[in-house]
Amino acid sequence: MNIRATAVALAVALGLVASPALAKNIKLLNVSYDPTRELYKDYNAEFAKIWKAKTGDTVTIEQSHGGSGKQARAVIDGLSADVVTLALEGDIDEIAKGTRKLPANWVQALPNHSSPYTSTIVFLVRKGNPRKIKDWDDLIRPGIEVITPNPKTSGGARWNLLAAYAYAQKKYGSEAAAKDFVGKLYRNVPVLDTGARGSTTTFVQRGIGHVLLAWENEAFLAIEELGPDKFEIVTPTLSILAEPSVAVVEGNAKSHGTTAVAKAYLENLYTPASQKLIAEHYYRPSRPDTVDPAVLKRFGKLELVNIRDDFGGWAKAQPKFFGDGGIFDQIYKPGR
Amino acid sequence: MANLFGRVPIGLRSAVNEGAFTRLTLILIAVVFLALFLIMPLILVFVEALRQGAGAYFEALKDPDALSAMRLTLTVAVIAVPFNIVFGLAASWAIAKFDFRGKNLLISLIDLPFSVSPVISGLVWVLLFGSHSVLSPWLQAHDIQILFALPGLVLATMFVTFPFVARELIPLMQEQGTTDEEAALSLGASGLQTFWHVTLPNVRWALVYGVLLCTARAIGEFGAVSVVSGHIRGQTNTMPLHVEILYNEYSFVGAFAVASVLALLALVTLGIKAVLEWRYGNQLASGHRR
Repeated sequence: MNIRATAVALAVALGLVASPALAKNIKLLNVSYDPTRELYKDYNAEFAKIWKAKTGDTVTIEQSHGGSGKQARAVIDGLSADVVTLALEGDIDEIAKGTRKLPANWVQALPNHSSPYTSTIVFLVRKGNPRKIKDWDDLIRPGIEVITPNPKTSGGARWNLLAAYAYAQKKYGSEAAAKDFVGKLYRNVPVLDTGARGSTTTFVQRGIGHVLLAWENEAFLAIEELGPDKFEIVTPTLSILAEPSVAVVEGNAKSHGTTAVAKAYLENLYTPASQKLIAEHYYRPSRPDTVDPAVLKRFGKLELVNIRDDFGGWAKAQPKFFGDGGIFDQIYKPGR
Repeated sequence: MANLFGRVPIGLRSAVNEGAFTRLTLILIAVVFLALFLIMPLILVFVEALRQGAGAYFEALKDPDALSAMRLTLTVAVIAVPFNIVFGLAASWAIAKFDFRGKNLLISLIDLPFSVSPVISGLVWVLLFGSHSVLSPWLQAHDIQILFALPGLVLATMFVTFPFVARELIPLMQEQGTTDEEAALSLGASGLQTFWHVTLPNVRWALVYGVLLCTARAIGEFGAVSVVSGHIRGQTNTMPLHVEILYNEYSFVGAFAVASVLALLALVTLGIKAVLEWRYGNQLASGHRR
């Protein structure tokens, strides 16, 4: 059909206009997930300054944000990211598998399993904490409405369930008790939204529920943006450590000639100044010892379990908890 | 057929002879529905956009990312719409003036984008041009970027909007028949002359109408472009995508400010459309004289 012919002609014409790159102006594409927008907006400006001082080159960092899984998919389909900074290790694994543009052991390229920042699951409650919610036990009290998305559809929601599970297992000592505990918790969930943002809207905008299970950085951001007079954060005694991962997509960086700057961009996330910036954006720095304790005061103290050591990694936890007939299917019966 | 919607012939008057109460109720339902689903949201968009005053509103519109989104949206429309004009004219001309095998199939194919979900309309391009497609090695060898760049956005938009022009022209051209063209040809005009001086003037208002709808959709399309955009800030975010991003960032004024520009564009389209229907209604296809 002539449509395709014209499309290709058009693409060629546009490609010719768009492709030439100037030597001293470097472009870097960082494909990231949703809640890192504010962090990278600031970090990019900082890094551009540092790079300019070091090499004299001007680096412009372009940002793409979206759901972590969707973003990984886009990179696999050809979005030519120089670096990816996604929510889950598994998403970058998928890129490594699907494109072979980064090595299978990419996670060892940078310190702390390539996680320059971490976060955890906390509770967002209405101002003054009228229901006196202090810890996970309070969430299974009769009459308490808990807002959390569906772990079948939302990556974030899986952490919520695992955090509750880890707490109960530690406290009551058995897997059976832990299963019973999360069963009770999910019976207190009136609306199971499909995504984290949907749950936040349900809780914040529609005013439904007494407590929202949320990412710590998202909870802080919601308070900052929507009013400290409306909500407050409750940090439970135990939660789960989430380690968003970063990696250079070596294949893309190589063909763009940006390998050096892409590496420096990610390595620089671990410097004291960047770690402080990270903390200011409500992510927990992975090197807290380098950061002014005054900045760290905002983060509540708690015990953290992690996927690798306590659940045997996502490869094991995913089918066990969220696969067909897995623990979530066993404990959650809609409409009860 | 047109009479049923426009002027009511005397003989049919009894068919609409409802009681005053029924009529009032029906009108009320329609008015409430309109107010609730159209006018209120429209007002809300502007109220939210201006919540922090005109200063914040214009500040939000002057944001480089917002400006780039507007520029990109217009660029996409400016490229996609002319393609659709040419395609729409060619297709409707062929369908209305000639008889050929597979004509009905062609008509159904033109309607395909109406029935396909926009997400699918985006995904077909990913399948065609993505890294795992057959075309990918060739594209890479020639350094051509289609997905996650302007060409992909244009293609997705073209796919979604391509029935609009043809759909306006086909019924009108069919109604007009081929007698004018036959007369022109028998008087010695060439094919091209016939097209420029007979066919095109006959359908010009329907064409403008189709272009208008096509442009409106091209500017407002979300689903298909979302799939092929890559969401690079200041690069591949069109206005509808930028609205969503700003909203998710709790930047409500920004989101609604950009949305208000979209709403304004829609209102302008609506205005021109109303004028066209009022002024040139008899030259549009009968199906649109409502």
